[in-house]
Amino acid sequence: MAEQLFYFFIYPGMLFAGIIGIIFAWADRKVTARVQFRQGPPVLQPFYDFIKLLLVKETILPKNGSVIFFLLAPVLGLFGATAAAVIILMPALGLTSGFRGDIIVLFYLLAIPTLMFIVGALASGNPLSSVGASREIKMVLSYELSFILIIAGVILKSEMTLQLNEIMALQQSQGAFIASLSGIVMFIAALVVIQGKAGMVPFDMAEAETELAEGIFMEYSGTAYAIIKYTKYILLFILPVFIAEIFLGGLHFEGIHILWSILKVLLVLVLMILIRNTNPRLKIGQAMRFYLLWINLLVIAGLVLHYIGI
Amino acid sequence: MSKQKIIPIGPYHPLQEEPEYFKLYCEGEKVVDVEWETGYNHRGIEKLAEEKTFEQVFFLVERICGICSTSHPFAFANSLEEISKVEIPDRAKYIRCIIGELERIHSHLLWVGLAGHFLGYDTVFMWAWKYREPVLDLFEIISGNRNSYAMFTAGGVRRDIEQSKFAKIRQDLSELKKKVDLLTGAVMDDPVIHARTKNVGVMTREDIIDYAALGPTARASGVAIDVRKDDPYAAYGSLDWNVITAEEGDVFAKAKVRLLEMYESIKIIEQSLEKMEKIPEGDILTTIWEIPEGIGMGHAEAPRGEVFHFVKTDGTNSPVRHKIRAPSYMNIATFKKSCVGQTISDAAISLAAVDPCYCCTERMAVACDHTSGKQILDGEALIKRSQDKTREIKNKVK
Repeated sequence: MAEQLFYFFIYPGMLFAGIIGIIFAWADRKVTARVQFRQGPPVLQPFYDFIKLLLVKETILPKNGSVIFFLLAPVLGLFGATAAAVIILMPALGLTSGFRGDIIVLFYLLAIPTLMFIVGALASGNPLSSVGASREIKMVLSYELSFILIIAGVILKSEMTLQLNEIMALQQSQGAFIASLSGIVMFIAALVVIQGKAGMVPFDMAEAETELAEGIFMEYSGTAYAIIKYTKYILLFILPVFIAEIFLGGLHFEGIHILWSILKVLLVLVLMILIRNTNPRLKIGQAMRFYLLWINLLVIAGLVLHYIGI
Repeated sequence: MSKQKIIPIGPYHPLQEEPEYFKLYCEGEKVVDVEWETGYNHRGIEKLAEEKTFEQVFFLVERICGICSTSHPFAFANSLEEISKVEIPDRAKYIRCIIGELERIHSHLLWVGLAGHFLGYDTVFMWAWKYREPVLDLFEIISGNRNSYAMFTAGGVRRDIEQSKFAKIRQDLSELKKKVDLLTGAVMDDPVIHARTKNVGVMTREDIIDYAALGPTARASGVAIDVRKDDPYAAYGSLDWNVITAEEGDVFAKAKVRLLEMYESIKIIEQSLEKMEKIPEGDILTTIWEIPEGIGMGHAEAPRGEVFHFVKTDGTNSPVRHKIRAPSYMNIATFKKSCVGQTISDAAISLAAVDPCYCCTERMAVACDHTSGKQILDGEALIKRSQDKTREIKNKVK
């Protein structure tokens, strides 16, 4: 029991994933700044921001909302993200081999933070938050279908293996999935889907600073907002790791493989940051159309290509 | 029938930094009505102008707006020169054109950046503002100030542009042209920007005429209205340049008009420099000793449209009445047409597309009773309220 709690809260769960996520958030801010001719913050800036938000800033509660749901939602979202982090990171770090079907469980766990953000936004009773929540619901309905199709594709490519550990082992012996045309097609689709899951431009319409003034997170402040931020940091870390695991030949922390593993994850992260910096925000209708039609078609094309054998 | 709810943009909102309040009445994401409230930042400039001398009013009107800080003195100078019927020296005319056009370039670059920001495209925001820096540096070289240039006075300009600076100005302009090329390419060819701005906030030719919209807002709908061509002032009549128009009337057309206008501005500045080389340095001011009694109307094409100044004088050294109308006053009214029926996302960019300037547009707000239309609070009541509030806070601190 103590071991499980250690896994969940310290390593590789909440604390570890969060700290790496904060460093990733710094990388995001720094790369963005350099792309935009700015200097960018020092490495510890996101830590300072987070600690200040968590411990110093006042938490203001909405007058017309449901306070219990408003405060419970971020916590549940954090737990969902942490559970996903544990399942994603343990096989990569060689701590356990996972269990059969964990990739299916991940699909559900990765949806929990977003659903909880929606619950929190609706509980706040703010009209802008409710518009943000309705946008987020539409986003979830759009990208989750593509996401499950991508996972199905990965399972097909790995000869019906439902275990993350074995998917990685298979790629190490037979070559990464991205080495085939179908793999490339599905990797591109997956990249777009995690962009939406992480809520980054061009799919940040639920927050949409200049339209809804942070939308779903508008009423959050202080500690509650710090927890949301922390959840987002964890997602920013585990989503690239997940993509690297299922497409880029898996992660393996041994000898020279440590370097390759880190480079793979950073590659996905940098791709996400560059997409974010070279696109304006889409409208919600356009984003739905984009996922439901084009990305789904892309994934199905990938599946067909896999059947043909390329 | 779903319930209407109000999505507020303002009084303080990250969309636009100035205090203004748009009530978007929405059904779901669709905007069904727009209401605009202002009066949060009224400064009483017209009244203040009546208490200052003509020389001082130039500095006052320069501070109406931070971005188009030359168009107001420009229009005011035109109105004073109409009253006193003087012809200003040629060199001063060209200097006025140069300042006015440099301001247009920096204002349009600023708008392109802001439009990018409103679309969530912060890279365009930062790049456009980075490219705006050399323009501000040019202003510093010419006038000593990066903003609020204090170049204008009745009868001419206050500072000459020396011949020795021409090479630097020309070089900076040619570099600026390359950067504008890059920015234009990035905006015009981006498919996602097309998806976000085409057929959004469309104003037809008839709408523009009905609402009497001005400047790039009107020109983007095919109405070729430009004071510089229609009633040339300063040296605009003797220079070779074109009025840029587009037919579509959507946000993309407005962006296109602004981007292409920058090239025309560069053209005007280059021609002015060329002509100035033939005129000896120093001849920049026809001194006006006395402004006679009369009525003067001056206008100037600001980056956002026509700025209009009406001045009435009685022979003393300050205006009796000074009326200012900035272009945003006409342009903001078009929101009723361009935003209704759109989604919130489209409404936000449609609001930004006319490049509204609220500090130019501020009017006094009067609180009236809804049914009787009677004024609820007058000046004295407001002062009393503020004193009561101060007393209350003081008691609390004690």
